[in-house]
Amino acid sequence: MILTGDSKLFSVVGLSLYVSLSGTVLACLAGMPFGALIGLTRFPGRTALIVLLNGCMGLPPVVIGLLVYLLLSRSGPLGSFGILFTPQAMIIAQALLIAPIVAALTRQVIEDLWAEYRDELTAMAVRPASRVKVLLWDARLSLVTIALAGFGRAAAEVGAVMIVGGNIDGFTRVMTTSIALETSKGDLPLAIGLGAVLIGVILAVNALAWALRDWSERHAG
Amino acid sequence: MRDRPSTLPITFENVAFAAGGRTIVSGVSFAIEAGPPTLLVGPNGAGKTTLIKLAMGLITPSAGRVLPAQPAACPRSAIVFQKPVMLRRSVLNNVMFALTAAGREADAKAALGWLERVGLGALADRPARRLSGGEQQRLALARALARDPAVLFLDEPTASLDPAATKAVEDIIGVAAAGGVKIVMATHDLGQARRLAGDIIFLVAGLVVERASAAQFFAAPGTEQSRRFLAGDLVI
Repeated sequence: MILTGDSKLFSVVGLSLYVSLSGTVLACLAGMPFGALIGLTRFPGRTALIVLLNGCMGLPPVVIGLLVYLLLSRSGPLGSFGILFTPQAMIIAQALLIAPIVAALTRQVIEDLWAEYRDELTAMAVRPASRVKVLLWDARLSLVTIALAGFGRAAAEVGAVMIVGGNIDGFTRVMTTSIALETSKGDLPLAIGLGAVLIGVILAVNALAWALRDWSERHAG
Repeated sequence: MRDRPSTLPITFENVAFAAGGRTIVSGVSFAIEAGPPTLLVGPNGAGKTTLIKLAMGLITPSAGRVLPAQPAACPRSAIVFQKPVMLRRSVLNNVMFALTAAGREADAKAALGWLERVGLGALADRPARRLSGGEQQRLALARALARDPAVLFLDEPTASLDPAATKAVEDIIGVAAAGGVKIVMATHDLGQARRLAGDIIFLVAGLVVERASAAQFFAAPGTEQSRRFLAGDLVI
């Protein structure tokens, strides 16, 4: 299928990348500042929140899928948006699935970095809002790794996107749901082939991110 | 020479500091006046770093008080730590960051000027974390001096440097002191104290054992502990 340039395959791969990358970006936009905030502040219930956040790293995708399904279904609170069984619903589900992972890991990275930077930034009179920016920027190499972990989770996920996307051929069918479908149909060679492509795509994205990280490390330390 | 810095004198009134159930300094009273460098001298664990952090306002006393009460981010003071944190960016951007944090314009030309003064102009584009230990200390000095401080605190800035790097750092400190910056520096290196100090505060186990001019401290130490320390005995 790859060698013959099968358009259907490329469409599925393209949608998979679109959904997983969009979900990862959304999760990073929300999760990284949130994690940084928890890492830098002290408040009652912080420990409980950290435990909860760490616990949410292992949320079952089908539970997230069900939650998003209930929110977006016609009778749900967000049903009026009419995005159930669309790629947008799949992105939301994946973002919700990844955000706790991103936030929890970011919290740990930023807290460790803050322990190292605290005196220096305080002595330099860096304001609290700027501290978050400095720490996020200086932790960027670790944050890239966190984003990759989130992307890996999203790209490999099948339960949530199956529930909220519906695995509609040509519209919401992604690689993981295709693999599940072909396996259930008994077309194991195709399922294996799709699996190999999926792994290849994930490796390619990771290689790209690693190259970016390596370049950044060589040029900015 | 600049005018007498507004943050001076820094007065310690019966200051104590404890952490983790351990008293680190106790009953410390002295004043740091404008003038030549004041060096806090003593063995490891004497409380030198703690006193510098107290003076800088980075920590608050468990008892007593430090006057004027230093906000944790006093714009008129700067500090160079024994192991300064290099921000993950270029050498030039480290100085520009310090300028911005001090409320100044992020002026690359000004930042480069500070790097030239500490001999790092040629390394402006290099990642700061790739510098040698001595170069990192000079960059930390450039960052600190870029804030145009009235008081510059230095916490054993040459503790892990070789003689050449130590001399480069001491030269920069000397120029800053000659320019009117009040230097307050912790060291356990007696040779360095001889080279730089205007006056000495000798500490042992969290107590001020002696306060004297450098000339007097080295020529005629006033306490038995001072004499033993200068003689090279282990004073704990």
